[in-house]
Amino acid sequence: MKETPLSNCERRFLLRAIEEKKRLDGRQTYDYRNIKISFGTDYGCCIVELGKTRVLGQVSCELVSPKLNRATEGILFFNLELSQMAAPAFEPGRQSDLLVKLNRLLERCLRNSKCIDTESLCVVAGEKVWQIRVDLHLLNHDGNIIDAASIAAIVALCHFRRPDVSVQGDEVTLYTLEERDPVPLSIHHMPICVSFAFFQQGTYLLVDPSEREERVMDGLLVIAMNKHREICTIQSSGGIMLLKDQVLRCSKIAGVKVVEITELIQKALENDQKVRKEGGKFGFAESMANQRITAFKMEKAPIDTSDVEEKAEEIISEAEPPSEVFLNLLSVSKPVLWTPGTAQIGEGIENSWGHLEDSEKEDEDEGGSDEATILDGMKMDTGVEVSNIGSQDAPIVLSDSEEEEMIILEPDKNPKKIRTQTISATQVKAPSKKPVKKRKKKRAAN
Amino acid sequence: MAVLQSRKAGDGEGGEGKVVACWDVGGRGRKGLAHVFSPTLPQIRGSRARALPDRALVNCQYSSATFSTGERKRRPHGDRKSCEMGLQLRQTFEAAILTQLHPRSQIDIYVQVLQADGGTYAACVNAATLAVLDAGIPMRDFVCACSAGFVDGTALADLSHVEEAAGGPQLALALLPASGQIALLEMDARLHEDHLEQVLEAAAWASRDVHTVLDRVVRQHVQEASVLLGD
Repeated sequence: MKETPLSNCERRFLLRAIEEKKRLDGRQTYDYRNIKISFGTDYGCCIVELGKTRVLGQVSCELVSPKLNRATEGILFFNLELSQMAAPAFEPGRQSDLLVKLNRLLERCLRNSKCIDTESLCVVAGEKVWQIRVDLHLLNHDGNIIDAASIAAIVALCHFRRPDVSVQGDEVTLYTLEERDPVPLSIHHMPICVSFAFFQQGTYLLVDPSEREERVMDGLLVIAMNKHREICTIQSSGGIMLLKDQVLRCSKIAGVKVVEITELIQKALENDQKVRKEGGKFGFAESMANQRITAFKMEKAPIDTSDVEEKAEEIISEAEPPSEVFLNLLSVSKPVLWTPGTAQIGEGIENSWGHLEDSEKEDEDEGGSDEATILDGMKMDTGVEVSNIGSQDAPIVLSDSEEEEMIILEPDKNPKKIRTQTISATQVKAPSKKPVKKRKKKRAAN
Repeated sequence: MAVLQSRKAGDGEGGEGKVVACWDVGGRGRKGLAHVFSPTLPQIRGSRARALPDRALVNCQYSSATFSTGERKRRPHGDRKSCEMGLQLRQTFEAAILTQLHPRSQIDIYVQVLQADGGTYAACVNAATLAVLDAGIPMRDFVCACSAGFVDGTALADLSHVEEAAGGPQLALALLPASGQIALLEMDARLHEDHLEQVLEAAAWASRDVHTVLDRVVRQHVQEASVLLGD
């Protein structure tokens, strides 16, 4: 399904709001959305929620033979998939650009930064090494997939335990989970991606763009850092022109954010560790009871409403006075309360469908009988009612009955001035034929 | 040393011009070849549905020859790395080319790496810039790219393959020299934040040097061409 395009007024609204340093969900320009991390029963399975964006990460391992030019290193494999449930626009064949971009960014962030010690994954040099596979699935897309995915990947890797292996001479023994406790991976540092969205040719900057903000942004800058303030990856995308000082400023902001997020991750990992050790219940099923996984809860948006009254007064005073028609109506009629919750003010302005019906009838005359049949069939009933309503003098008969007692009032009043002479001629000719013609066609349509 | 060869293919479909520019870094041998098809006619090659009503569509394809690296590459194109390079080139040139002047048309840039010794992205961008200029497509400015790295406390510009393989941080930067705006910034491997400025500065300085070379080559070529035309 193709993505619904963003309407111009929504785009303008978002851009205007950003210019005034306001975001739709009430965040400040450098604020992240709420991050929730939950773990599954297996080691290495986690779900990360960044606002409403959800990514599921799962780590698995396998013993394989190593690459020829890297005989003593384990193999890391990352894969991010944009599930079709994430957004209506994601379809199996359609996502390639975004998918390639995200996957490459994740690979570079996690693999090139050497966050995992691949040497420790070696079992028998040149013959057997561990292949660690990280699978990430995007479950819901509400902007900023990269950040959520990088957090999910690193959390899953930190949470994962691989089976213990011992080597005695030529013998390799792989212990199952029952025999020996599984061993965690050795992780040097935790690189976390921070995304910056640029608007209006780089004038405005937002951290952690939501889906709407992503649609109107000019470009994106992703900086992956760890808590030691080492930059692991920088990637600018979207065709924005950056200046050097913008990049440096972003890196400073990223440093601060990464420290916060790393603390959160550590806390979550510790909590889970504690629960497992104490023998408590863990896993997604546990989180379900607290409605943390299956429910989408909208949190109260912290919007500043202190100056709403003044703003409202300003707008009202600056607004144009209502048009004459409305003034007359309003002065004439007072609100009538029918029942609690239902009130009526006035009776609306004059219905202009009568004029439309005239033009429709003239069209039918012009158009040839063939194409007019279908039109007639559809417009028949509406034609009856509308024409009745259109005439001010005749009683208003609102019925959809398809009985033959059709009184078609000929449009002898004001045909449109644009119409040429010929049309009015046919119109004049038609009256006598019209009722008969219409009835016949109606039977044909029925 | 940049060699600008401009060969316009004769009557292609609808008179499209094909321009070839070859960017050759002497000595270490980094050769990239760029072909640009000029959007002379508002004809879309491939899917018309993707035409943008107000701008030109820029399509970039990156391919590295199987003999370009030390070991023979098995998949010259279609793998993720080539796709990513293509996307990055596209992003760079969409920012630099004045696409508003050619609505509903498509500009194709095909880059082929003949010999890779590090800094392939930079070589591709430089070659493509020359090709686009020669094709007569209006651009905001030259796009000059260079890679940079950081070893032992020193920022290095224009890394070779050996330096890249050593595993230190590498930065690829595409710059519009006149305004100093960065069209694309890409960095791999760990670099401490404090050193970022140094490395950025090194890459920017090297890109400006590349700009002087490109400028000289283009002017030379124009001079030769005008002499041949007998103006």
